[in-house]
Amino acid sequence: MTELRERVATAPGSASAPSILTAAAAVYAGQLARVRAARGPLLFVATLQSLGIEVLLRGVVHNDGRSTAAAIVAGSTVLVAAFVGLNLLAQRFGALRAGGALDYYAALPISGASVVLGTTASYATFAIPGALLTVVVGTAMYGLSFTYLWLAVPTVIAAGIALSAVGAAIGLVLPRPELATVAGQLAMTAALFLGVIPPGHLPVGVRGVRDVLPSTYGVDALAAALRGHPSAGGQLWRLAATAGYAAAALLLASRAFRRSVDRSHG
Amino acid sequence: MQTAAFEVRDLRRCYRSGRRTTPVAANDGIDLDVPTGGVFGILGPNGAGKSTLIRQLVGLLRPDAGSVSLFGQPVRAGSRTTGGLVAYLAQDEPALDEMSVVAAITTTARLRGRSRSDAQRLAAELIDELGLTPLAARTLTSLSGGQRRLACVAVALVADRPVLVLDEPTTGLDPVARRSVWDALSRRRREDGTTVVLVTHNVLEAESVLDRVAILDRGRVIGCDSPGRLKASVSDEVRLDLVWRREPPADDPVVAMLAPRSFRDGSRWTARLGHAEARAALDHLIAGPALDYLDDFTLATPSLEDVYLALGGCDDDMERA
Repeated sequence: MTELRERVATAPGSASAPSILTAAAAVYAGQLARVRAARGPLLFVATLQSLGIEVLLRGVVHNDGRSTAAAIVAGSTVLVAAFVGLNLLAQRFGALRAGGALDYYAALPISGASVVLGTTASYATFAIPGALLTVVVGTAMYGLSFTYLWLAVPTVIAAGIALSAVGAAIGLVLPRPELATVAGQLAMTAALFLGVIPPGHLPVGVRGVRDVLPSTYGVDALAAALRGHPSAGGQLWRLAATAGYAAAALLLASRAFRRSVDRSHG
Repeated sequence: MQTAAFEVRDLRRCYRSGRRTTPVAANDGIDLDVPTGGVFGILGPNGAGKSTLIRQLVGLLRPDAGSVSLFGQPVRAGSRTTGGLVAYLAQDEPALDEMSVVAAITTTARLRGRSRSDAQRLAAELIDELGLTPLAARTLTSLSGGQRRLACVAVALVADRPVLVLDEPTTGLDPVARRSVWDALSRRRREDGTTVVLVTHNVLEAESVLDRVAILDRGRVIGCDSPGRLKASVSDEVRLDLVWRREPPADDPVVAMLAPRSFRDGSRWTARLGHAEARAALDHLIAGPALDYLDDFTLATPSLEDVYLALGGCDDDMERA
């Protein structure tokens, strides 16, 4: 028996469980390969949708409405991340769960957290080009400040990860893929309306809802940058809030991952 | 003494399709020992509890009661140790959809702890070994069912785990691909002492490749031994297969005797008879008017399917080919 255990312990690969970051990186690379091949049209649609909103609203916003314009561009930009992260990833995890596909990951020597982290990061990554295109086009179209536009990069990354993490949690927590799809789309719709419409134009009751949306802090950070006078403290607070949402959603999704696997039928 | 890779004791798992429905026992008190370094088969009809059993073996499903241990250590749901020792091939791998064959194999090798360059080398070797070179760059969704299955076998084999648990690995494969899979498994077993546990519906395949087989029926093990010994346990009988060209004459005494004792599959009747009884029945059929009604007949020694039926199996879902 001792000899057997030694053989097992020294068998090629048997002792080599990857670390959480290594596993997440491998999941990330695998998802990138997958998404690159299959999700191109959807990513194009996500960008086109946001550019379309900017073009549409350009016709009804006056040149002097700088705050409104900043809110529209920021909301449209974060909407790309909401479309890809919230909507597509909720659908993806819902479908994986329903199809028993999580078994593939659960049978490997990796944690559920690394799967959630790697997949979330890959979807967030795919939202970045469309989001950056949207913010640059919007800034030019509405005559906003380019001075602090570089702040769009950390903001979009943080918002992308937070919204993808929420999408992952939705897909893994809800018991049926149809519910995950509906919930992902509802959350994206909330991000659209409560992100694009300036908070001052919203009814008081709805502002409370806006405050708890994970997309709100990214939108506000970006809008402040586009107005041309962001405060360092405010930006840090908003990015920290977005990161907090991301961490909470990742934790929830990771816990839901293991429960999802054990509850699926054989 | 041969050591057990898996030890399964009184394993139970029920499913409930709704809150008010009666639970159905998919596994109902299973005891098994899977020896190290052999090919162990789990055979049984659809719904016998085979997939539920192997999902518990690899820690994907928590038992309601009982235990599973791997090399003496308890298998726990979500255990990374089990994942480090066991490679699992499910009936399908939708998680790999839209990945190319080479990306699916490389990603899996990375997730089994191999470096990027190592993973790429292993993927290239496996693609060559299983004859997947023309398909390497294609996505799994673009492949035929058999090609996709072969690619999934490659995913399971990459980075050499000491234990392989494979759910119907050769389903849908053409004979050439099937041969390459068995060659690959034999090589790993011979050179590395790999333990293989596999589920199959295919009786002929099971008889030729398995060292030991457990036959499941309605969540219970109704027989477990080497295929040879299991077949020897029913060797006092032979199987008579009759294929009728048209409705057989009911007034023929042998037809009347066989009718209630046969399993019927369309125009095929299959009966298990004693040697003398089978010989007499066949002599009568080919010498008398019933021959005009017969399209084909076969007299054969028992297969694992006959063992299954002799042990009390109730379904006729097992395949012969």
